Amino acid sequence: MLLTVDHVTRYTYDAPVRGVVQSHRLTPSQFDGQTVLDWQVSVTDGQPGGRFRDGAGDWVQGYSVSGPVSEIVVTVSGRVETRDLAGVLRGHKESIPPEVYLRDTAPTAPDVSLRELATRGAGQGDALATAHALSAAVADAIAYRPGVTHAHTTAAEALALGEGVCQDHAHAMISVARLNGLPARYVSGYLFAAADGTPHEAAHAWTEVFVAGLGWIGFDPANRCCPDERYIRLGSGHDARDAAPIRGIARGPGAEALDVAVAVLAADQ
Amino acid sequence: MTTYFNEMFENGAVRAPYRRLEDWTRAMPAELRQMKQAEAEALFRRIGITFAVYGEGGDPDRLIPFDMFPRVFSNAEWTRLERGIKQRARALNAFLADVYGRGEIVRAGRIPSRLVYQNEAYEKAVTGFLPPKGVYSHIVGIDLVRTGPDEFFVLEDNCRTPSGVSYMLENREIMMRMFPDLFRENRILPVDGYSGRLRHTLASVAPAKCDHDPTVVILTPGHFNSAYYEHSFLADLMGVELVEGQDLFVEGEFVFMRTTEGPKRVDVIYRRIDDAFIDPLCFRPDSMLGVPGLMDVYRSGGVSICSAPGAGVADDKAVYTYVPEMVRFYLGEEPILQNVPTWQCGKSDDLKYVLDHLAELVVKEVHGSGGYGMLVGPKSTAEQVEAFRARIVADPGNYIAQPTLALSTTPTFVNEGIAPRHVDLRPYCLVGETIELVPGGLTRVALTEGSLVVNSSQGGGVKDTWVLAE
Repeated sequence: MLLTVDHVTRYTYDAPVRGVVQSHRLTPSQFDGQTVLDWQVSVTDGQPGGRFRDGAGDWVQGYSVSGPVSEIVVTVSGRVETRDLAGVLRGHKESIPPEVYLRDTAPTAPDVSLRELATRGAGQGDALATAHALSAAVADAIAYRPGVTHAHTTAAEALALGEGVCQDHAHAMISVARLNGLPARYVSGYLFAAADGTPHEAAHAWTEVFVAGLGWIGFDPANRCCPDERYIRLGSGHDARDAAPIRGIARGPGAEALDVAVAVLAADQ
Repeated sequence: MTTYFNEMFENGAVRAPYRRLEDWTRAMPAELRQMKQAEAEALFRRIGITFAVYGEGGDPDRLIPFDMFPRVFSNAEWTRLERGIKQRARALNAFLADVYGRGEIVRAGRIPSRLVYQNEAYEKAVTGFLPPKGVYSHIVGIDLVRTGPDEFFVLEDNCRTPSGVSYMLENREIMMRMFPDLFRENRILPVDGYSGRLRHTLASVAPAKCDHDPTVVILTPGHFNSAYYEHSFLADLMGVELVEGQDLFVEGEFVFMRTTEGPKRVDVIYRRIDDAFIDPLCFRPDSMLGVPGLMDVYRSGGVSICSAPGAGVADDKAVYTYVPEMVRFYLGEEPILQNVPTWQCGKSDDLKYVLDHLAELVVKEVHGSGGYGMLVGPKSTAEQVEAFRARIVADPGNYIAQPTLALSTTPTFVNEGIAPRHVDLRPYCLVGETIELVPGGLTRVALTEGSLVVNSSQGGGVKDTWVLAE
C-alpha cells in the first residue's frame, strides 16, 4: 500500500521564548514492511543538529531554533510503501538486546489489577499465543474513549478507569507482557484511517512484543489487530515519553500551546 | 579475636616504609602535635574544603577530619598495586565497550545477561555508539583494602564520577606546608601532576568533529552539591571553566558555552551530574540541571561526555563479582587484584548462606553508596541484625554480602596519643589515549576505635598517602 503522510505540529508561545531544542524521531526506518519513497521534515527557522540511527534502529535528528520566537511549526511529509507482515518487524536493523525491554518505567509499572490482567496470558502454550491473548485482554479491559486520560496517565490508572486511548492500551499491553516475561516496547507511528467507521487516531501508538524465534511483533490492542499495511512505524521506546516522535524544550517563561494535524492517505486509491 | 595487619609495626618491628616516621613521631611532643592539628584545621577551613553529609542533617559544611599521620607505601608495593589498578581499569572499559556493542561476554555466558541488560544503569540510548578512543570510564576510582603485607582486595569500583581526589591533593599540600622537613627526609613521589594529567586525558577524548585544540569544561549540578568544592577546585587547577547546565546550550550539531565574549563551542564535558539528569530530552524530563539536546550532539559525535553515559553498568555491586572474569575474558590475564568473596542474595543458595551467617557478614545494597543502608554484622546488635534480615528477605536481589574483612590499620593521632585505626584506599586511574595513575590516592580512616566503616559520612577521616621513590 502506498501511504502519504502530512503531519503538522504547531507550537505557539504566549510570550516569545529565547530558543527551542528538539529531538525528533520523525523519520520511518527501513524494514521489510515499509520502504520510504520520499520524506521531508522541516522546522521553521530550525537549524538541524546531529542525525544518527540509534541502537533501536530509529532515526534520530536534533533541531534547534534560536529565539526570540513565538511560534514553531514542525512539518512532516512523505510517502511510504507498506506491506502486511502480520505485525512481524522483519529486516529491521537494531542492536539493543530485547532483554533491555523487560525493565519497567513509571507509566508501565504493574499494580494488583495489571497483575490480575496478566494472568490472562497464562496457559496459552507459546509466547505468541500468550501475546495475542494479552492483547485481547487489554482491548476488553480498556474501552476506546478519547478525553478521559491524559499524557501522564499510567497503565494502572487507565485500567482502573476502564477507558483510554491508544497510549493507554500500549502501556497496559507492555506491562502485562513484561509480567509474562516477554520483552515489550512502545511504538509510535501513523495509521491510515480507513472509512470503515472504526475509531482510529492517525497519529497512533501500539506495542511490540519480543517472541523468541520470530523477533519483534506488533500488537495493537486499540484496534484488536497486529499492524499491517495501514501502519507506518516511526520509533520505539520503553514508554510513550521514551518513544515520542518529538521531544523538546523551550527556554523562556512563555506558556506553550500545541496544535497537531495528521493526515494519512492511501495514494493509490 | 581477629588480628589486624598493622602497616607500620609487624612483629614488634617497624616496617621499612615507615622507618623515618618513627623518629618524626618521637620528636613531636603532644603540645606541638595539638598545635599542628589546629593549624591543619585552620588551613582546611581557609581553603573551604568541606564535605556535606547526605541525609544526616547537622552542619552540611562540616570539615572532614584530617589525620596528620601519613599512610606509606613502598615503591615495590605500589608498583604491584599500579599494575593491578590499570589492569582493572582496562577490563572495566573493555566490558563497557562490549555490552554497548556486541555483548560477547554475555553471549559467552561469562556474566548473566540479566545483570547487564536489566540493570538500572544500562542506558539503551547509547547502545551501538562507541565513544572516542572507545573509553567510557575516564576516571576510575577503585576502592581497596589491605589485610596483610601482600594481600589487597578490591571493595568496589567507581566508574561514573568518583569524588575525593581533591582531598588527595589538598592533604599533600597541607602536609608539605606544615612539615617541610618530612618531605626532605623522605623521597615521596609527587601527586601534583594529577590535574595536568586529568586535563590531558579529557582533551585526548575530544570528539571526531573537533578540529581544534579542545575546549574542556566541568559540568556541576551547583553549589548545593556536596562535592561542589571539588568541582571548582579541579576546574581551577586545570584552567578550565566550571559550568552549570544553564551555562551551556545546544545549537545545531554542537554544544556552546555562554561567555562574556559570546558563545564558545565546548568539546569535552567532564560532568559531575548523574546520567538521569544530563539531558531532559533523553532522560528525566524534569531535570533542570542538564543541557537539553546534549545526548543528540553526543551521539552524533559533536561533543564528548566523561564519564560516558551508561558507564555505571560496570560498577554496580552485583556486576562487581564478575570483574575478575572480565580481566580474563578481555585481557587474557589473571587478575592482579582480588575481589572480596561476595554472596548475591538474589541467588537462593547465597541467600540461605547469608541469612544463616548474618551476624558475621557485611551486607550492602546493590546500588547503595556512602556507607548508607549497610549492615556490619559483627558490629551490630541482635535487634539491628534482625531488622536488616527483614529488609533482605523483602527484596533479596537488592543486597549482596561479604565477609567482614580484617582491614589493615595505620597509626593515627587520637586524643590519647597514637593508636591503630582501620584504613582503605581510593586511587584515581585516568583512562584516555593512555592509561595513567598518579602515585597516591585518598586514604580514608575510621577514626572511631574498632570501627571498620571509613566513609566520611560515617565519621571517617582522611590521611596523606605516600608512595616512596625507592
